[in-house]
Amino acid sequence: MTKRVAIIGAGTIGSLLAGHLGTVCEVSVLTRRAEHAALLNEHGLRVSGKHELTAQLFATADAAELPEFDVGIFACKALDLEASASRLAGRAPGATMMTVQNGLGAEDVLARHGEWPIISAVTFMSGIRHSDCHVEYELDTATWMGPWARTATPYASVLELAALLISSGLEAEPMRDLLPAQWSKLIFNSAINSVAAVTGLPHVALFAREERCDDLGHLVHGLIDEGVAVATAAGVALHDDPWAMNVLAVARGETAHSDYAHRPSMLEDVEAHRLTEVDFITGALVREGARLGIPVPLSTAMYRLVRGREASWSLPGVAVSA
Amino acid sequence: MRICVVGCGAVGSLFAAHLATLEGEVDVWAYDVVAAHVEAINANGLRLTGRADVLGAVNARTDPREIPPCDYGIVATKAMFTADAIAQTAHLFADGAVCSVQNGVGNEELIAARVERVIRGTTFPAGHVTAPGVVEMDTAGETWIGPFEPRPAGMAEVERLADLLTRGGMPTKALPDARGAQWTKLIFNAASNPLGALTGLTHGRLCELPDARRLISGLVAEGVAVAGALGITLDSDPDQLIDHAAKVAYDHRASMLQDVIARRPTEIEALNGGVVRFGRECGVPTPLHEAIVALIEGVERSWTSQPQMT
Repeated sequence: MTKRVAIIGAGTIGSLLAGHLGTVCEVSVLTRRAEHAALLNEHGLRVSGKHELTAQLFATADAAELPEFDVGIFACKALDLEASASRLAGRAPGATMMTVQNGLGAEDVLARHGEWPIISAVTFMSGIRHSDCHVEYELDTATWMGPWARTATPYASVLELAALLISSGLEAEPMRDLLPAQWSKLIFNSAINSVAAVTGLPHVALFAREERCDDLGHLVHGLIDEGVAVATAAGVALHDDPWAMNVLAVARGETAHSDYAHRPSMLEDVEAHRLTEVDFITGALVREGARLGIPVPLSTAMYRLVRGREASWSLPGVAVSA
Repeated sequence: MRICVVGCGAVGSLFAAHLATLEGEVDVWAYDVVAAHVEAINANGLRLTGRADVLGAVNARTDPREIPPCDYGIVATKAMFTADAIAQTAHLFADGAVCSVQNGVGNEELIAARVERVIRGTTFPAGHVTAPGVVEMDTAGETWIGPFEPRPAGMAEVERLADLLTRGGMPTKALPDARGAQWTKLIFNAASNPLGALTGLTHGRLCELPDARRLISGLVAEGVAVAGALGITLDSDPDQLIDHAAKVAYDHRASMLQDVIARRPTEIEALNGGVVRFGRECGVPTPLHEAIVALIEGVERSWTSQPQMT
C-alpha cells in the first residue's frame, strides 16, 4: 500500500494532487521557490470549488530535504521537466514515478535521469491557482494513467496509484495502454491551445461552430483532422474522438456555467508573457507528422504563429496585450 | 482642378498634403469623419513629418454636402468603410473619376456601384496619425493606377492624375492594366500584415524568425496561385518584396497590428478574405489564408465576446 507520495511542482495540477492526496496519505511537495514551501508548511494547502478541504503537508524547495517516498508525481510544466527531473537524479531508487505533462515525450525526459518505473498519465482536471496555498478545483474530470511500455512498469502499480487518487476524491482511470488516450488529448490540446493562444479567446462555443464558411470551427476541425491522420499513421487507435471532445467541452462550458469558459493553459501563458508548451504539444504533432510523412500544414502554421508570439516578448518587438 | 480625398487618415493625408503643394493648380478637399483632425487641418494646414516635410492647405469637411463637385476622388478609407464613404460622397463625382488607393481587393467594385468612371489604384507609402492634423510618413514608395475594367476611367484621365501626383511628390505610374500591381501588393499584405497582428512582431522581426518567414512564404504561394488562375501577371515577386521591406521598413508595425493594439476592426476581409473569395471563384484552394481569416476574426471576437470569469 502506497503511503508516501512526493509531488514535484506545485502549480495548479500539482496543488490539486497534493491537496487531495494529503488527506489520505503522507505527502511531500518539492517547490521551485523557498517562500512557496514556507507558506505551505505554515498554512497547509487549501482546496476550494468542487471540494472543500485543507491538507497539511511537508514542503521544501531543496530536493535534498525531500523525505523518502514510494511514488513521485511530476506535475511541473513540460518546459520545467528537464530541470525538475535532474534535481531528483539518483534519488528514490525504489520509487515509481508518474508524468502528467501535456504533449509527448515527458517520459523520455524523466527516463534520462533515473531507473524508476514510469507511469504515463494525461489529466483533464483543471483549477485556478488563487495563491501559493489555495487552489480552486474547477473541472473534476479524470486523470487517465497507464504503464509506460519502455520501463515495463507493472500494471498493478498503476491500479494501486489510481485507487489512491480515487480514495482522495479525485477521478482516475487506469488503462493498460495509455497511448490512445494520450494521443486523443494531444490532438485536442494542440488545436484548442494554439487557437486560444493566438486569438486570445478562451475555449468558447465558437471553437465548434461551422455554420459560416469562415467560422473558427472549420480551422479547429482542420487541425484535429491533421492530428487524427498522424495518429492513424502512427498506428494509434484513438481512445476518444478529439472533435467530439471539443464539442462536449464547449457544450459543458455553455450550459453548466453560462458565464464560464475554460482558459487553456497556453492562453494563460501568452497573457503572462511566459513561454508556452507549444513545442511539446503542437510542435510534437508537427514533428511526428514529418517523421511519418503526413502533411500537417495548418498545425505547422499554428506552431509558427505561437512561436512568433513568444518571440514578441523576448525580442524588442511590440507586444500585444491579449 | 478640384480633387477630394475621401477618408483623410494616414494614407489619405499623404495624398492630400502632397497634392496641395501644387498651389494654384489643384484645389484639395478632404472628407473625414474625425472632427478633431478636420478642424486641425482647417486651422493649421495638413502637416507631414518623417519621410516627408510638407505643410499643405487642405479644405477638410466632416459633412460632404459642404464640398463642391470635383474632377477626381481619391478613396483612402479602411476597406470596411468603402461602401459607406462612397455612398456619402458619390454626388461630388458626377463628372469626375474616382481612384481607390486602399488595401486589398473589392474596393473598386463597391465604388463602381455608385460612380461612372473608376480607377484601380495601389499605393505603397504608409504612415500614422501622430496628432490631429499631423501625419508621420514612415514608408515612401510608388503608386500604380489604371482604369478599372468594368467601369473604366479613360487612359488620358488616368495619366493626368498620375502626372499631378508625381509632380506633387507621390511618384505614380499610369498603367493600362493595374491588376498586377494590386495583386502584388495584396499578396504582400495578406502574407505579412496579419502575421504582425497575430504575433505582435514588427515586419523586420517577423522576417528574422525562420518559422514565421516560412509561414509568410506559404501564404505568398497560395496568393500567387490564385493570381495565376485569374490570368494576372504580377509585376514583381511578393516574396522578394517581403525581404526588401524587412530591410527598408524593419520597425514598421503593420496596420493590422496597429488595429489589433487599438482593438479596432481590421481589414482582414479585403486582404486574406479577398484571396479566399477569388480563390474559390477560380477553384484554387487557400487553406492557410482561410485559417488566417478565422484567427483574425477570433481575435476581433475576443474583445467583445470574452465571457466573464467566475
